Amino acid sequence: MSDDHNRLSVFKTYKLYVGGKFPRSESGRVYEVTDSRDKWLANAPLSSRKDARDAVVAARKAFGGWSGATAYLRGQILYRVAEMMEGRRGQFVREVADAEGLSKSKAVEVVEAAVDRWVWYAGWTDKVSQVLGGANPVSGPFFNLSTPEPTGVVAVVAPQESSLLGLVSVLAPVIATGNTAVVVASEKAPLPALSLAEVLATSDVPGGVVNILSGRTAEIATPLAAHQDVNALDLTGAGPELARDLEVAAADNLKRVVRPQGADGVDWSADPGTGRLTAFLETKTVWHPTGSLGVSGSAY
Amino acid sequence: MPTNALADVTASDSTLRRFLHGLPGVDAVGLEARAASLGTRSIKTTAKAYAIDLAISMIDLTTLEGADTPGKVRGLAAKAVRPDPTDRTTPHTAAVCVYPDMVATAKAALAAAGATDVKVASVATAFPAGRAALDVKLADTRDAVAAGADEIDMVIDRGAFLAGHYMKVYEEIRAVKEASGPARLKVIFETGELSTYDNIRRASWLGMLAGADFIKTSTGKVAVNATPANTLLMLEAVRDFRAQTGVQVGVKPAGGIRTTKDAIKFLVLVNETAGEDWLDDHWFRFGASSLLNDLLMQRQKLATGRYSGPDYVTVD
Repeated sequence: MSDDHNRLSVFKTYKLYVGGKFPRSESGRVYEVTDSRDKWLANAPLSSRKDARDAVVAARKAFGGWSGATAYLRGQILYRVAEMMEGRRGQFVREVADAEGLSKSKAVEVVEAAVDRWVWYAGWTDKVSQVLGGANPVSGPFFNLSTPEPTGVVAVVAPQESSLLGLVSVLAPVIATGNTAVVVASEKAPLPALSLAEVLATSDVPGGVVNILSGRTAEIATPLAAHQDVNALDLTGAGPELARDLEVAAADNLKRVVRPQGADGVDWSADPGTGRLTAFLETKTVWHPTGSLGVSGSAY
Repeated sequence: MPTNALADVTASDSTLRRFLHGLPGVDAVGLEARAASLGTRSIKTTAKAYAIDLAISMIDLTTLEGADTPGKVRGLAAKAVRPDPTDRTTPHTAAVCVYPDMVATAKAALAAAGATDVKVASVATAFPAGRAALDVKLADTRDAVAAGADEIDMVIDRGAFLAGHYMKVYEEIRAVKEASGPARLKVIFETGELSTYDNIRRASWLGMLAGADFIKTSTGKVAVNATPANTLLMLEAVRDFRAQTGVQVGVKPAGGIRTTKDAIKFLVLVNETAGEDWLDDHWFRFGASSLLNDLLMQRQKLATGRYSGPDYVTVD
């Protein structure tokens, strides 16, 4: 890359991100990633269904610690992701410009929006339960309290076109609320996602909370959709036919499935709202006696 | 005892020592390389299905915790009889393995389930340390047998073995064998404490000379338990012992085998080293607890084509 002195190029080997480590695909396969003008950029790992299985095992293992961490801690960690990303702006701008065929100034805008999105979701971690939970009025001497809990391991099919901002917009809300994620990166433009893995690995995000796989979307997403230990599925980046097949496969263990309508033309720079933040939450409701006296004089 | 060329080996302390130290030294690098290369075999589809069922039928489903309750032992027994209640074609395990005071509970639970072919194995002889007087060890053994144990898992006195008092170890095994009566005797060496492969080979021969029905790697209570290398070494020992004496002895790796992949590697070792005669739950066992769940999940995967998860097997 440096033309002005005789130095050998140091090419980057893009790798998967599974359980906090950077393995190659179990299958040993790679595929060529090109820019928007079909110029070769790098080889990315071509994941197999076994990589998907390993990623689910890692995500399940990380779930207890991440969902049990305080919301405050999760917020701090997600904010740190934004900090680390900010430090790598140049790299992300280059990768996004290559992947999406954007001008430099447009790519800068996209990367800045992606960093800001992490900050925005980081702020939400300790506010979700106030907004979605609370005391329910009941007719009796009981407290009735609802509180949102994370769904579990979420398989995320990341948007195909928006390789970074779209990815952050679907990933951040999943982990902000305490879920762990297995992400299928954009098939055509996986490099920003694989670089994001390096950011996550240096941001105190525990290994396994986010796992990122590159390769053929259908090949990886199909075993994830059928996997009995995956609790939810985000179909944002799946085309209509694939999405239908995945929905069928996911029905078997009653996965929570999110299938946004018209995902193609989404403007990822728009205000995301809280829709995605609340998509992968389950509501737990508990009853508790108030301690006041009943008709007979006995305490409830 | 074999009445053959090996009979006079145990005539005295010095003949026994001369024999054990006369065994060929183990090529540690070669042994580990061989074990590792056998571990690279790819076992797929129908062969994998066969291996999974075989491995399930070879498990000594084990709970050896201070916190074991009768309820936990009953749960374990139920799981041994019917590992996957959603699939009745799943074979039962070979045995349940418990502490002596839980033998009666396990026996009753198995009888209630009508499973007479699932054995009850009991650890004995001051398991896991083995640091007790011989009388205490023998009483421990008789106690387990009286409660109905079909198999006794004894530990050798590693202190005596490492100090070179082979005859003491030999006589102790003989005494426990006698106290076990009809129960099959598994002799645990605790390979992780024996330091060298040469010692593991010596211990294997010592155990077999003393009349062990099974030789077992370890208690599962130390840092290093069953490894492919030490199990390969013990499989070579039982193969050579049968060639010399005609007596077949079983092998049981225990501790640290948690995945289907690992279990299949061990089965490959058995087939390639000792041979098909040992591919049977009468001659080869896995001492394990969490392994069973992984085998069941793999079995479900083969049956349905979908990856299974820990929500679909019991929590032990």
